[in-house]
Amino acid sequence: MSQWQALTRDGLWSNNPALVQLLGLCPLLAVSTTVVNSLGLAIATLFVMVGASTAVSLVRHRVPNAVRLPAFVMIIAAFVTCAELLMAAYAYPLYQLLGIFIPLIVTNCAILGRADAFASRQPVGLAALDGLMMGVGFGSVLVLLGGLRELLGQGTLFSDMALLLGPIAANWQLTLVDDYQFLFFVLPPGAFFVAGMLIALKNVIDQRRAARALSSAATPRTERRVRVTGIIK
Amino acid sequence: MSMFHASQVSASSAKSTTPATASLMRWVVIATLPGVLAMTYYFGLGVLSNIALATIMGALLEAGMLRLRNRPIAPALTDTSALLTGVLLGASLPPASPWWLIGVGMIAAVVIAKQLYGGLGHNPFNPAMAGYALLLVSFPTYMTLWAPPQPLISDTLWAQILGTLPTSQLDALSGATPLDAFKHKAEGLSAEQFWLSAPLPEQTLAAWYSISLAWLAGGVLLLFKRIISWHIPIALLGSLVALATLFHLLDPNCFASPLFHLLTGAALFGAFFIATDPVSAATSQRGKLLYGMGIGVLIIVIRNLGGYPDAVAFAVLLMNLCVPLIDLYTVPRPQGHSKGAPGALR
Repeated sequence: MSQWQALTRDGLWSNNPALVQLLGLCPLLAVSTTVVNSLGLAIATLFVMVGASTAVSLVRHRVPNAVRLPAFVMIIAAFVTCAELLMAAYAYPLYQLLGIFIPLIVTNCAILGRADAFASRQPVGLAALDGLMMGVGFGSVLVLLGGLRELLGQGTLFSDMALLLGPIAANWQLTLVDDYQFLFFVLPPGAFFVAGMLIALKNVIDQRRAARALSSAATPRTERRVRVTGIIK
Repeated sequence: MSMFHASQVSASSAKSTTPATASLMRWVVIATLPGVLAMTYYFGLGVLSNIALATIMGALLEAGMLRLRNRPIAPALTDTSALLTGVLLGASLPPASPWWLIGVGMIAAVVIAKQLYGGLGHNPFNPAMAGYALLLVSFPTYMTLWAPPQPLISDTLWAQILGTLPTSQLDALSGATPLDAFKHKAEGLSAEQFWLSAPLPEQTLAAWYSISLAWLAGGVLLLFKRIISWHIPIALLGSLVALATLFHLLDPNCFASPLFHLLTGAALFGAFFIATDPVSAATSQRGKLLYGMGIGVLIIVIRNLGGYPDAVAFAVLLMNLCVPLIDLYTVPRPQGHSKGAPGALR
């Protein structure tokens, strides 16, 4: 498996920031009430992650080790500011809705973690791909969580998508259950609960896969003899 | 929830301990009878329908979860712990709650709070209270719908249980519990003026007093049969009365009297039937005292300073969270060991 494939698989599944590393949980849990909130934050985080990883990789030989963390945080903060300004310009209502959680992307430890652990030691191409895949991995969990909570909490999907995508998405809202509200899933405890269930689901899938791989791998027939220690192949 | 699970400490064989668990559990169910009957007398058959629905759904959910977990179903069902969870949650809900509300509560109690944590004996939280808290947070309109005392069979009983009663009629049915009414009395109104204004339908106060005393009677039976020890209920009620007195002396117009706190809410029910669940409570005697005191203090703090009129469920759940810490610091010192000797957990 090439390095590129490995990075892709790590970011999306086996080392997913939200499901495995459990980094960046604060925005993940706080913002994921609807699909549109999640998607907004996911895009902003993805942008920052790709930008920060690329930039950190570019300057990796110039930054003295002693000040690398402050330097990386400054780089991340610069990209967050860009994301914030872009959002204020093109999706103002959503910008207002997400509020403090956009500037707080700076503190998303998944971003700093990848910058320090990966991008600061790798060439630009790989670092950018890692940022992209980690960002997509984080974002997809965020959107999935938002969708599940919106569905379970309010019985709708894709409500208010116009906040992000403009008037074209004005009537995208799917109302699956009329006149329904289950506050638990709208409130923070529901986020913990659904996130926990997603992590459990991922672990179950991994276990099933491992079990299947084990059983399908042809076990070589071995010859058993008396008076030998162990099995001779 | 297992009320009586002390005999299962060794946890070597679930089968051999089940009869003891079940027999103790039966006593607890018997001890709930005075309270349940008193509630039925004042609030009608809706109380019994709650309990019936909750116990049936509890047993089904328990069996389904055990099947999913590949565990034997029969011993877990015959120890009647799911039955008890159903009785306790059913008695906590407003009478004649709709079936789906009870179902969601029992899913939260049995599936999430009990079985997902490993089943009987492994649940860190009291299952009935976990279900109750989830419902209170999620469906405040239904959970605060305590109708005033009413005849045994009210006209809307069936519609209420089936959940087909239109919202407008639902609102007309609702009344305030005494704790609720006092908490939300008009500002500036003195306690005396408030009671003179007859804020509650006739009989309401009497109904709540009698129900609390009926729970107390059941609790005394449990103490008398040595099914629960005195530590948790006494510590809980003692700290509750002490703190309520302090608040009341500071500002009698704002904070109700200790007797009111003791007799109109779920304090006595909680002290004898909820807080004493041995799985989720502290284990040593000193630990139980601390645990009970914590619950009593939290009940008064939340009732007097928080946003909810009653607080037994939240107080119990919060103290459930503290149990590992309490247990760590109250390990009894083995005889012959001096303080701080090796082996004593510090």
